[in-house]
Order: sequence, then C-alpha cells, then structure tokens
Amino acid sequence: MSVDGRMIVSGARVVDPGSSIDSLQDVLIEDGCISAVDKPGSFKDLKDINVIDGAGQVLAPGLVDVHVHLREPGYEWKETIETGLRAAVAGGFTTVCSMPNTKPVNDNAQVTGLILERARAAGTGRVAPIGAITKGSMGEELSLMLEMREAGCVAFSDDGVPVMDANVMRRALEYSSMLGAVLSVHEEDLSLSRGFAMNEGITALRLGLKGFPEAAENVMIARDIELARLTNSRVHFCHVTTARGALLVERAKDDGIPVTAETTPHHLTLSEEACEGFDTNAKVSPPLRLQSDVDGLVQALKRGVIDCVASDHAPHDKDSKQCEFPHAANGMLGFQTSVPLLFARVRSGELSLLRMIESLSTSPARCFGLSPNRIARGAVADLVLLDPEIKFTLTKDDILSKSKNSPFLDMPLQGRAAVTWVGGKIVFDGRANKG
Amino acid sequence: MTPQSANLIGPHLLGIRGMTREQIEFLLTTSEQFIEVSERPIKKVPTLRGKTVVNLFLEPSTRTRTSFEIAAKRLSADAVNIGAKDSSVTKGETLLDTAYTLQAMSPDVIVMRHPESGAAHFLSRFLTRSAIINAGDGLHEHPTQALLDALAIKRALGRLTGLKLVFVGDVFRGRVARSNFFLHTLFGNELRAVAPPTLMPKELTEMGVKLYTDLPSALEGADVVVSLRLKSEYLQDSFIPSTDEYARRFCITEPLLKRYAPDSIVLAPGPFNRGTELTSEVVDGPRSQISNQVNLGVAVRMAVIYLLCIRQGVGAESNEVEPRIS
Repeated sequence: MSVDGRMIVSGARVVDPGSSIDSLQDVLIEDGCISAVDKPGSFKDLKDINVIDGAGQVLAPGLVDVHVHLREPGYEWKETIETGLRAAVAGGFTTVCSMPNTKPVNDNAQVTGLILERARAAGTGRVAPIGAITKGSMGEELSLMLEMREAGCVAFSDDGVPVMDANVMRRALEYSSMLGAVLSVHEEDLSLSRGFAMNEGITALRLGLKGFPEAAENVMIARDIELARLTNSRVHFCHVTTARGALLVERAKDDGIPVTAETTPHHLTLSEEACEGFDTNAKVSPPLRLQSDVDGLVQALKRGVIDCVASDHAPHDKDSKQCEFPHAANGMLGFQTSVPLLFARVRSGELSLLRMIESLSTSPARCFGLSPNRIARGAVADLVLLDPEIKFTLTKDDILSKSKNSPFLDMPLQGRAAVTWVGGKIVFDGRANKG
Repeated sequence: MTPQSANLIGPHLLGIRGMTREQIEFLLTTSEQFIEVSERPIKKVPTLRGKTVVNLFLEPSTRTRTSFEIAAKRLSADAVNIGAKDSSVTKGETLLDTAYTLQAMSPDVIVMRHPESGAAHFLSRFLTRSAIINAGDGLHEHPTQALLDALAIKRALGRLTGLKLVFVGDVFRGRVARSNFFLHTLFGNELRAVAPPTLMPKELTEMGVKLYTDLPSALEGADVVVSLRLKSEYLQDSFIPSTDEYARRFCITEPLLKRYAPDSIVLAPGPFNRGTELTSEVVDGPRSQISNQVNLGVAVRMAVIYLLCIRQGVGAESNEVEPRIS
C-alpha cells in the first residue's frame, strides 16, 4: 500500500444497487473515500499506487448486518466485540447492528457507550448498537430510549424474546416514533412456543422434541402489523421464518402500513430436517422450518416482500451446545456463512446478484435508517470485494469468531469476501487463502 | 450365537428408527432363546460373568429399571443402579461429565433413562468404550419396550405381519407409541391412533398413522389394541378437561372389544390406571398381555445386553465371553 493510502481496485464488476451500477469499473480510493469510479484502465497513469486486481470478482458496497450478537459485555467467553468484528469483516460486513441481550442488557447510555468505545478500539468494522425496547428486555417498562438514541443506538429490540404485553409494545412504538428509530421485533407468542426445541412438525414428532408452531410467530406478526397501523410507527420484523409470516408482511405493505422484514441466510437454506440426529448446531430461535417455508422465504426475498437478510450471528461456546438437545442454547454463527449461502441462491437462479447485494447492504441500511454504503465519487470507502467462484470448506480454524457453532462446518461452500475496506482501510484481506 | 452375528445390530441400541426389519427379527429371535432362562429353578446363566452393566436412570422408573437389573443379573453381569438422586447431575454436573466418569470405570453397557429426547444419541457420539441402551429418552423412543411389545404380539398371535394395531390415548408424548410406530412400519402393519385431538398431532398421518377420535371406529377389526397411559400433567396443560371425561369416550372396555375387535389382544406398557384407560375387566381378562409383556421384557433386555456385550466394536473390547447361553 502506498503511503497516502491511495489504491485502485481494477477490473471488478461493480455492483451497487444504491447507485444503480452493474458494470466493469475501476475504483480509486483516497483519504478514506471513493474519489473516482471510471471505466477500466482510466487510472493506469497513476504511479506508486497499490492496485488490487478485481478481475473476475464483484466489488460491492460494504455489507450491513442489522441483527448480530457480539456478546460483549457479559459473555466474553462466547465472543467479544473485537473477535466478532474480525469475523464480520471476513464475511464482508462493514457495519453490524449489535443486539442488546448482553449482560448487563444494553438498556442505557452507559452500555451503549461501552460498546461503541470497544468497537472503535477494535479498529475494524463499525458497530451500530441496538438498544433494548424495555428495561432488561423484561417486557414491562420502557427503557431509556432517548438517552440511548443520543448515545448512538440506531434501533430498539428485545431480541431473544418478544414484547408479550401488547400495551407495552404500543407505547414503545408511540414513544420511539419521536426518535426516528425503528423497533426490530422478535415475534414469538411465548404461550404457544413454551418449552420448544425446534419447529413443530413431522421432524419434531419423529425426534420427540417439543415444537414451536409457526402460528406462534405469525400471530405476533399479525398483532404488530395492527399496532404499527394503530400508531403509524415503524416496525421491522426480525428473522421472519415462515412463508405465512412473509404473506402477512406483504399484505401489510399493500395496506401502506410502515413495516419491513428480514430473514436469515440459514432460514433461506436449511429446513427443520437439519435437526435430525439431534444436531444442536441446527437449534435456533425461531427454529428452522419446513422446506415450503424455505422456498416461500426465498421468493419473498426475491420480490422484496422480505426487505433484507441479516445473519443473526449468535456465537455460543462448546458447553452451551454440547449437551442434550432441549438444553442446548439457540443460535448459530452467521458472519462468515452469509455470503456463501446467498451466492448459492444466485447460482441456482433464484436471486439476481444485484438483489443479493441489495438485501445484504443497501436494503438493511434503509430499514434501519442508516445511510446506505455506495460506490460513487465522494462516498465513504466501505467496500467489499467478493469472489463468487472460490470453492472452500469452512473449518473450525477458518472461523474467526471465538465460538464455532455452525451447522455449515465442513460443508462445501462457494463464494466469499476477498477484501473488505472500512473507511478506505483494508480491514480484511483473504486473497492469499485459497480455500 | 457368535460375535459376528451379534454385529448385525449396531454398537448401541438408541432407537427403533434407523433399524432394519432384519435386525428387529434377529433381536426377537435372540430374545426367545432367553425366555427359558427365567423359567428355570435357578434363573441364572454364567454368560456375562465379569461384565458390568450400569443402569443410569435419571428419571423415575420402577418396572424398566427392575427389568434391566434382573436381565443383567440373570446373565451373571454385575449390575449397578444409579438414580437421579444419587447421580452428580443433581449437583450440577453435566450429563456428558457423568457419562465420562462412568466410562472411566469401564462398564460394558450403560442403560440410560433420561428426561430429554436425544440424550442417548448425544452420549453415543462421545462414549467410545461402553455400549448404550436407550431405556427411554424424553418423548422420543423406548426401543426395548417396542421390542417386548412385538415379542408379546408375535407369541400371542403367531405373526408380526398383516396386523391392524390401534394405539389408544397418549400418542402425543408417547415414546412407547413412537417406537412402536417405527417398528410396525417396518413390518407393514396398519397403524391407527385414537385420542382427543389435543393428544394426537396431525403430523402422525405423515408417519402413516390413521387418526380417529372415536373409539369404536378405531377398534373396528383390530388385532392389537395398545393402551397408552394418560399422564396426570395433561390436566394442567389443557390437554383434557378431566380424566372422567376422557374415560367416557376413550376407556377401553370388554363390551367394546367384543363388539368391534372380538379377536384382539390388549397391550398396556404400563403403568396404567384402571377405569381411565382401560377397565379392570380388560386388564384381568383373557385378552390382556400385560403380565406377558413384563415377563418377556426381561428376555428382550437379556438379549440386548448380551448382544451388545459380545458384538465386536464399541463396548466389546475385551470379549472373552463364551458365546453360548447355557
């Protein structure tokens, strides 16, 4: 790299849904920003400059993950902000929104400040914290949303649990609307899902595991659509896992109700059958559903009914997973598998490359009111160079998270981040790793 | 019986699902050879002298635990019982650590009853030196019960194919029902379930089970009627309003059997409640296989322990067992 940090990414297919670009371009990065985007060869006269060969690769705006668990403060043996960000940038993410279910819960400005400080110290990816909707995420009293918003929280969520009390949810929607921050909601009627270990259905029946019926998710989506309508406040549905839930979201959007939705790479890939053999790495909440849900979610994502994809990166230590299935913690890693799992949908023809990048970058940013990363003159150089062709097998050693809980371990994957820039600085360079 | 033929079955007995019909038939044939041992004046053979069987029962059980203990002792194996109260699990130790501790004492077989589904499968991934017998895991499977039920049917009716079986009651959480469904699917038998819809998940149809909510239609032409226990917690969980109301519609009675399934036999894996799931007339009547089931249970468990001890592989490292029964 040259002294002034100038560099060129040459010959890559530049795909930026925000700028409506999808063509071969050279991109010049200077002083942390994109200083020029022009046709290939335009910068060949520049001397003493670091040139990154992007031939055969895709240059995209930095990916934004609006649903991650970094586990710090409180669960540093599972993940820290530093290790989480290392895995995030290796997965192509430049900004991640950390869920507040830390210990203590991020329900006040002190915790928010600590998270932001640790993220700055890590010096890799950016963290945009999500504050709790209710104190301690207990679902009873509103948290200090104004103070947290001022401290840097971009949204609010009690993720992990729903706000079961509809009146508390109504007040939270009304109150947060003055802060311009979306409520990102985990939808689960706890009385219907009590004691669940996986999706309710034939696989749970065969395995003798208690089920989480899809209705437990859908009834809460339906409730919050009505509350969004009542309050005219923004609701974002976390990890929608049912085709029926997507249909409810579609109808709400048709009615002009201000809702958006995300789903996860794993719910777009795996069905409940991944739990066969009592594989605790496949235990997530909400659970993996039926193949018809997987197919329905892919279609909903393609059509924009589901706005975006978020990894729900949920690290858990070995002991939390190496136990009886019903006792195992919910969640799986997401940072380093999101891009390969989405590329699989592009290769199968179900998603366009443009839609894939939109759903991992510009769209989640818009859902959360963040300014989308762009590949345009003057934009901050938060970028990712993706290698769509590279075939690899994810091993425990490749995983940069502190935890290794992924059902995709040792499975053949294709496509991943090659280089990631945050503010013009290379924060991840995986080009030497041939997979 | 040779160690080679014992290798027909897997290194553990975790569940009926995943087994073949040939394996089931082999287990049943082996079991029949052990029935006679329990009929001798001295009910003991030296076959497994020097072998150790640990009964790790982390959920209350009387009959299954006793049956396994007697089975091990009649084979001259040393049987050790550990209940939930005696185990370190109550001191906060994980199941895996408990199992590692036990394995370090080199038992040949660990028989485990556990309140969580999949617990036996979980342990089988980690234990390399002891064979595991699943004696009931949560709501999942209870393979030796399904085997002894099959043996009781085979001996009472002379066949295990071409049968209509009706399961009455607790099919929702019934590990016994589940193992039986897997087993009888292998034999191509017709499976029916009858219960209030709250106790009968609709996905059972995907397992090939026909669902009924009316006892007479379910019993029509049945060869085997299996009464499943109604657990008391069902009252609290809004599954049924009262046991009396349940009994009004689902209690198996002799007049019903006489009218709709005159040639049927009745099984109850027990414990059962007289007057709720089935009447005393049925329990004590000629159709009842209840005491046969208990008796055959010992033979089935002897066969399973024996085969896992003599087969080569996991839990069979030092096999100097005489491959004979007498």
